[in-house]
Amino acid sequence: MATSAQTDGDTAADAQAVGLVTRLIRGNIELWANLLVITWAIVFFVWQGTGFAITVGTVFAIWAILAVSLNLVVGFTGLLSVGHVGFFGIGAYTMAVLTSDASYEAARTDAIPTYGWPFFAALPVSVVLAGLVAIVVGVAFNRFRDDIFVLVSFGFAIIAFNTFLNLREITRGAFGIHEIERPAIGGWVIDGELEFLLFSLGALALVVLVSWLVVTSSFGRVLTAIREDEEAIAVFGYQVTHYKLAIWVISAMMAGLAGGLLASWTSFIDPNSFILLESMLLVSIVILGGLATIWGSLLGAMAFVLMEEGMRFLPFIPPEYVGQARQIVLGVLLVLLMLFRPQGLVGRYRL
Amino acid sequence: MTTEPADRPDAPGASEDYAVETIDISKHFGAVRAVQELSVSIPRRGITSIVGPNGSGKSTFVNLLSGVLPLDGGIVILDGVSLRVVHAHDVPDLGATRTFQEVRLFDQISVWDNIMVVLTSRKLLPALLERTKREHRDEAERILKLVGMWEKRDSLAMDLSYGQRKLLEIGRALALDVQIYMFDEPFAGLFPQMIEPVKDLVRELRDRGRTIIFISHNMDIVRELPDHLIVLDSGRLLTEGEVHEVLSREEVIEAYLGT
Repeated sequence: MATSAQTDGDTAADAQAVGLVTRLIRGNIELWANLLVITWAIVFFVWQGTGFAITVGTVFAIWAILAVSLNLVVGFTGLLSVGHVGFFGIGAYTMAVLTSDASYEAARTDAIPTYGWPFFAALPVSVVLAGLVAIVVGVAFNRFRDDIFVLVSFGFAIIAFNTFLNLREITRGAFGIHEIERPAIGGWVIDGELEFLLFSLGALALVVLVSWLVVTSSFGRVLTAIREDEEAIAVFGYQVTHYKLAIWVISAMMAGLAGGLLASWTSFIDPNSFILLESMLLVSIVILGGLATIWGSLLGAMAFVLMEEGMRFLPFIPPEYVGQARQIVLGVLLVLLMLFRPQGLVGRYRL
Repeated sequence: MTTEPADRPDAPGASEDYAVETIDISKHFGAVRAVQELSVSIPRRGITSIVGPNGSGKSTFVNLLSGVLPLDGGIVILDGVSLRVVHAHDVPDLGATRTFQEVRLFDQISVWDNIMVVLTSRKLLPALLERTKREHRDEAERILKLVGMWEKRDSLAMDLSYGQRKLLEIGRALALDVQIYMFDEPFAGLFPQMIEPVKDLVRELRDRGRTIIFISHNMDIVRELPDHLIVLDSGRLLTEGEVHEVLSREEVIEAYLGT
C-alpha cells in the first residue's frame, strides 16, 4: 500500500486528473471491501432476525475454518490443493460413524455398526484421522508441485469422494448417516443453535490463533520462501519436503475439525457434501479473500456465505436454481478478480 | 546432518589445502554435455574466478557443487567431505552457500524477510515456536546496511531494481556465515558505480579467511580480483593457475579470441 501511495504522489498531475472519488476508491479497495462485507452482514442479520443470523453464522464458521486452513497450504506455501474437501469429509465421516446412534435392523443391507460415542470423544479422532491420512497422502505428493500438484490433489478429492460413496460397510454409501451427536459436557447438551454457533466460533478462533502463530513464526517465513522459490530456499539448508508435509498435515487436521463440526451440526451427512465442487468453491473463497492473508479468508468466507444466502431473496431467481446460480456468480466473480484484482479483496500476494 | 570432523576422510593433505575439489564430475542435458569429467581443485582462503565462453559449463559447475543439479557422475569434495550425491539442503552444513546467475530472490516477500529467512532455525519444531529473535534482527540489520538495502527493507524484493536485487542476493548469501561463497556472475548487469562495492564485499570476505568462487565475463575484474583462475571450455577444464600467467597462455587467448 505504502509503495502505491508513493507512486500516486510522484504522478501528482495524473492523479488530480483522475479525480478525488476514483482515487479514494482505488487507494482503499481493502477498506471498502471490509466495510462492504461487514455492513452487508450487519444489515442482513438485522433484517432477517436472530435465527437466521445464528444459522448463517454457523455455516460461516465452518467455511471459515476450511478457508483459513486451506490458505495455509495454497496462499502461504504455494501448493494449490483442490483436495481439501477430502480431509473435510474424513473429519465428518469419523464424527458420523463414531457418534451416530441410529438403530438399524441387522437384516437390512445398509446397516452399519454404531458406536454411540460422545461428541467430544469423536472430535479429536476426526482431527487426528484427517492428520494421519494427510501424512500418507502428503508423503506420496511431496515431490509434486505447481500444476502437477493441482492434478494429484484433484485425484485425491475424487478418491476420497468415491471412498465415502462406496465404502458402504462404514459410510452407508449414498444413504448417508443420520442421528449424529451434538456436543455434550456432562449432562449439558450443547443442543441449542446459539450454543452450537458459539462453540463453532470458538473452534474458528482456535484455528485462526494457531494459523496466526504458524504464519508469523520462523516456520511461516520459510513457507513463503518455499512458495517463492523452492530450489533457492533449499540451498540455504532447509529440507523443503519436511516443511511442506508439516503444513499440509496441520491444514488437514483443521479441515478434519471443520468436518466434525459439520456432521454434528447437520446431524446427517452423505457423500454429496464432499464432492469436488465444494473444494473448488473453497479455493474460490480463498482467492476471493486474498491469498496468504488469514483475515482475507475470514472475509472471503463471510462474503461467500452472505452471497449464497442472499441469493434466496433475489426475486428473479427461482428457489430451485439458487444452487446453480451461486456457482455461476462465484465463477464470474473469480474471473473478474483474476482480471482486475488478482490479489483478492485484502491480499498482497498475486498468483 | 552436521558433519563432524571425525566423519571426514583423512585424505592426507587434500582436505587441508583445498576448499572444493571435484573428481571427474559430469553432467549431461540430453545430448548436451554441459560438464565432462571435470576435475578441479579450488584453494582454500582466497578468490578463485571461473571463466570460459558461453556454454562452457560454468553455471552448471556451480549448480553441481551446490546440489541444485544432481551429478551424473564423479565426486564432489566440499570442505574435505566426499560426496557422490550433493543434497542442496546439506550445503550450508558443508560450509558453502551461493548466489544464482538469474537472481533468485523470494520475490513476493519483503527485503527484510529475504534476509531473516536464512538466519532462523533450520529445525522444524523449533522454527514453529520461534518468534523473531533479537540476534537475528541485529544480524539482518547489519547485512542490509552492509549491502545498502536498509532503507528498502519493507519493500517487496520484486519491486527492487536489477542492481539492488543483485546486491540483496549477495547479502542473503553473506547472511550465512560459511567458509565457501560461490557467486554466479555477481558483476553482470551492474552499473559501474555498483561494481566497486561488490568487489569490496568480496575482498572483505577474503580478508576474513573465506574462500570465494565467482563466475565472471568481465575480464577487467578477472585480471584484478582473483588469486586463482579456472578456465572452462566445452564442459572441460582448459587450464587453471595464477591469474596473469593463465591469461597469457596461448590456448586461453585462442578460446577467447576465437579459432
